[in-house]
Amino acid sequence: MQLIIESLFNGVAIGSVLLVAALGLAIVFGLMGVINLAHGELMMLGAYSTYVTQLLFKQIPMLKPFYDIYVIVAIGIAFIVSGVVGILLERSIIKRLYGSPLETLLATWGVSLILQQFVRSVPLAYGSGVVVALLIALSSPLLLPDDLLAGTKGKFIKAGTWFLSAIAGITTGGILSSLVSKLGRASARNVDVTAPSWMRGGIEVFGTTFPKTRLLIILITLISVVLVSIFLSKSSWGIRIRAVTQNRSMSDCLGISTETVDVLTFGIGSGLAGVAGVAVSLLGSVGPNVGGSYIVGCFMVVVLGGVGNLLGTIIASLSIGVMTDLIGAGRLLTIWPTMPSPLASTIDFFATTSMARVMIFALIVIFLQFRPAGLFPQKGRMVES
Amino acid sequence: MNLGVISKFLFFMKLSKRIFAGLATASLATTLTACGGSDTSGSAFDDSVTVGILHSLSGTMAISESTLVDTEKMAIEEINAAGGVFVDGKFYKIEYIVEDGASDWPTFAEKSKKLIDQDGVPVVFGGWTSASRKAMLPVYESKDSFLYYPIQYEAQECSNNIFYTGATPNQQSEPATDFMYKRSPAAGKPFFLVGSDYVFPRTSNTITKAQVAQLGGKVVGEDYLPLGNTEVAPIISKIKVALPSGGIIINTLNGDQNVAFFKQIQDAGITPANGYYVMNYSIAEEEISTIGPEFLEGHYGAWNYMMSIDTPASKKFAASFKKRWGEDRVVADPQESAYNMVYLWKQAVEAAGTFDDNAVREALVGQTFNAPQGPVEVMPNHHLSQTVRIGQINSSGGFTILEETGVVTPQAWNQKHPSSKGYACDWTDSSKGEKYKL
Repeated sequence: MQLIIESLFNGVAIGSVLLVAALGLAIVFGLMGVINLAHGELMMLGAYSTYVTQLLFKQIPMLKPFYDIYVIVAIGIAFIVSGVVGILLERSIIKRLYGSPLETLLATWGVSLILQQFVRSVPLAYGSGVVVALLIALSSPLLLPDDLLAGTKGKFIKAGTWFLSAIAGITTGGILSSLVSKLGRASARNVDVTAPSWMRGGIEVFGTTFPKTRLLIILITLISVVLVSIFLSKSSWGIRIRAVTQNRSMSDCLGISTETVDVLTFGIGSGLAGVAGVAVSLLGSVGPNVGGSYIVGCFMVVVLGGVGNLLGTIIASLSIGVMTDLIGAGRLLTIWPTMPSPLASTIDFFATTSMARVMIFALIVIFLQFRPAGLFPQKGRMVES
Repeated sequence: MNLGVISKFLFFMKLSKRIFAGLATASLATTLTACGGSDTSGSAFDDSVTVGILHSLSGTMAISESTLVDTEKMAIEEINAAGGVFVDGKFYKIEYIVEDGASDWPTFAEKSKKLIDQDGVPVVFGGWTSASRKAMLPVYESKDSFLYYPIQYEAQECSNNIFYTGATPNQQSEPATDFMYKRSPAAGKPFFLVGSDYVFPRTSNTITKAQVAQLGGKVVGEDYLPLGNTEVAPIISKIKVALPSGGIIINTLNGDQNVAFFKQIQDAGITPANGYYVMNYSIAEEEISTIGPEFLEGHYGAWNYMMSIDTPASKKFAASFKKRWGEDRVVADPQESAYNMVYLWKQAVEAAGTFDDNAVREALVGQTFNAPQGPVEVMPNHHLSQTVRIGQINSSGGFTILEETGVVTPQAWNQKHPSSKGYACDWTDSSKGEKYKL
């Protein structure tokens, strides 16, 4: 019994990392059909946001008493940072490439390289400054009254907001780098996020240790999934997103601003990548390449689950998690020690992390031969051909 | 969009990733070409000689390898400040050309060719990963030129054209295994081996398994994490099943994977307090500061050089490095090896009285140097005899040195590995050479 609980917990723990990483992609790729290869780098930005937040809470006297809850603050910050960068990406590049997935793929891959090099060569303080500038510049048209932005006068005002936000960005960068000297230097080195002491160690229940960071990640995943599904099924914007997904031109005719829907969907998907970044930063180190190790897994989960289906993504990631633990840790042998020897030696052969990966990929390939559209294929009349 | 199209894109994604990775590194390599050596002022020298430095300055290995470039530059500057190389009645100033291997193994071979053919350097100091060394080896052998390689590695190689200043397994992992089994707090307990999935951990663990069997101990499990993968949960569950009441873990994980490993084993209760002790072969002072001493405290490491060695030579080395490159910098074993090899090359050239490859190679064997770790000597198999130290990681991010062996002679062909047992290497005797039966 204890064995089954432990195995199940491990499976859910591995699966929830996959799920939180794939959730944003399930929206961007699943609902919008955009193959965003920069998704991993948006996660990386989330992880770096966690690092910056941690440093700020450690070094600024005013924030010090709240150090213990910096991770929760970091989730919000990471969502905003990745969301804003995602929106910029959508407005500047992806918007022009809708309907040509191959070009999108190449362009977003290029963006992923740019983002990796950006965190290597730009000090994090000024990186944060860029995000602040983008936040102000992108949100100002929404905040200012419409008549101000009309006509020739509007053009100047728009240029003015960009100018002001640039100044705000530079100031932020300057202030941050003078407050925390570590943020003022560019470095290609991996950095480390340390969980506050209450989140370290494990909880012992019935002789089984449940690591607290894993529990927190499961909680983050659970909350994200619940919020996303409520948003998509209940809120009016969620319904609009689904309408546009199902029939873009009809939605357009009925008065839904498809462009706003695109920005919103992409922004939320990117923001969720940021949240995933917070989660993975608690497990390993944070570096420019952190996103690359997750991107293939994310696509795998979304494809296996059935593109455009949130429930499929959830089930796919959890079952991959459970399988990884079952195969990789050789659990079947522990559960059934009297197994006939040829079977036992086969299972033993696959009971390493490398071979478990091979096995899982092979199983997925076989599965997709029989169910090419994944676990839960889209039914009904989709406009896409 | 239907799935057929998507799977095609996924395939294309993989393909293009590979092609573009190649293109990107190629273009990086061309933009980051030679940045020339030190200034040519000062007239105390009669002539100058240009040497090659070849490490990754971009890509994933840049973080580690750039520290070697810094150390080699420092050694060259020190030698120049002390009058340069004295050869055949003339004082030569050492100049250097730094090339970028870009963490891409074929690039290492290509840049080696460039340094030898175009720049005509008599020696190249370079490499970190075994893969880069294996890529460079044929170049140096076919051109009969000389490479100095500074990293502790799996051995099982002995080239006439490579000179190895890092530890071989019998100068690192063997004394460490012995210590763990006989004298550590987990003495007599079973072993579990964890490593990244590439040649060094697999070779090193083959040797460890043979040694544990000789000692009468038990290896109860081993696992390899594919490079780039940081999901260690299955390994942790295996360790808990295999070692229910504590034991010895031998860790040869690489780079970032260590961060994930140590963060997560601590949460899972695999700590020194619970009787689990990890012996590490790839964690030096530089890595401790990245991972965080709070995760590593109480675990062990084995190296030839540790920053905490309390001798004037060691302190001077650490102090001059900090003075040259910044107070927050640390020195570690790979850097010390890199430092030694520049000095040993200088001594050999002076002893040979020429920069000619063959004469230098002959003069090199038998050279001794008072290194930061203590005396080292070049042996006939082109490896160094050196001291092995076992240290316990302390809360301030350094090693508390527990044991020091005497000077250990290197085995290019490991005597515990089944494929090389009973073989040795001797380049001073033409009848013996690369691999002869003892």
